[in-house]
Amino acid sequence: MSVLSFTLGVFGTSILAAFLGALTGLGGGVVIVPVLCILFKMNIHYAIGASLVSVIATSSGAAASYVREGYSNIRIGMFLEVATTLGALLGAYLTAKVSGNWIGVIFGVVLLYSAWASLRKPSTGTKSPRPDSLAMRLNLRGSYPVEGSKEEYVAQHVPAGFGIMFVAGTLSGLLGIGSGAVKVLAMDQVMKLPFKVSTTTSNFMIGVTAAASAGVYLGHGYILPGLSMPVMLGVLAGALVGSRILVNADVKALRLVFSIVIVALGVEMISNGLTGRL
Amino acid sequence: MFYREDQRLETAMGRMLQIGVTVAALVVLVGGALYLSQFTGPIPDYQRFHGAPAAYESVHGVLLGVGRFDSGSLIALGILLLIVTPTCRVISGVVGFSILRDRFYAAVSVIVLIILVLSFCTRR
Repeated sequence: MSVLSFTLGVFGTSILAAFLGALTGLGGGVVIVPVLCILFKMNIHYAIGASLVSVIATSSGAAASYVREGYSNIRIGMFLEVATTLGALLGAYLTAKVSGNWIGVIFGVVLLYSAWASLRKPSTGTKSPRPDSLAMRLNLRGSYPVEGSKEEYVAQHVPAGFGIMFVAGTLSGLLGIGSGAVKVLAMDQVMKLPFKVSTTTSNFMIGVTAAASAGVYLGHGYILPGLSMPVMLGVLAGALVGSRILVNADVKALRLVFSIVIVALGVEMISNGLTGRL
Repeated sequence: MFYREDQRLETAMGRMLQIGVTVAALVVLVGGALYLSQFTGPIPDYQRFHGAPAAYESVHGVLLGVGRFDSGSLIALGILLLIVTPTCRVISGVVGFSILRDRFYAAVSVIVLIILVLSFCTRR
């Protein structure tokens, strides 16, 4: 195989992975890493490096359209980024210490969790009984548009949310993914923020979190230009098309099919890791 | 009033991200086209880990390579621009919250910025 056909193969695969990632809300990184490892027999550290670059691209590329809708909250985002960037530093540091096989096993577990999380119904934003005093002091509140009017919200359980964000950052740095599923878990399920606010603010945070890991990855030589190029451009293209279609498509059946693919990839990563083939 | 000013800051941040990612993608695209036209040999060994060439690990090395029209360096420059983009958003947070006289969140933004700068100081 020549460099050209290899590059085009990686490019096409990245488009498809990001397209499916956008439709299901999982993001491209969680799909592209196992595909590069299993299908293209790539070293997991190189795959993680290329994936992380593409994660920054999609997060930044999607931000403008999210901002226009007026759901994201910059204060909550910035505050929680302290946790995610610190976690990312720890995760990226661990990636250099932990063997590729163990990273594969952890990756597989995260894939299985993601498949389960994508099928779970979003919480309907249960009204909190009383405002959280710490959240009020930290000004972790805002309003978002609901049918023409503004609905107010205040964050709950701030320390727990902050802690889970640290874990989300660690996973992002360790596995080269956005770990949006864990970020949304922290904001939607624990901090009880409205679902739309959680997903859009999470997207905002993913880019900053990944940038913290990327600094470490660059210093360790995980980011290969020749490999990152088709992955980044492919994921960016796939995510843009995927998010356009998402607006007016019924993705229920597709989501189920995709979850099965994710489970298969997860099982494959775990078995490859346990048998020492990564 | 309070929220409307937040909204303006957010819009500015969103636009900045969009411009950053577009410029970065274009640089990577040009570098990629150059890379494919220069590289005709067999695929590099991606199965075993060797680490990226040392020239791509520092801004200085990347800029030197771009001066020589090295395709890998041009792609690396695009990737650097991409990484700098979210960092600019955090800087705009420092400036924006200072203008809004929100000292607490200006300080939070500075902390995030320090963590980001620290991440670039790590070496193998």
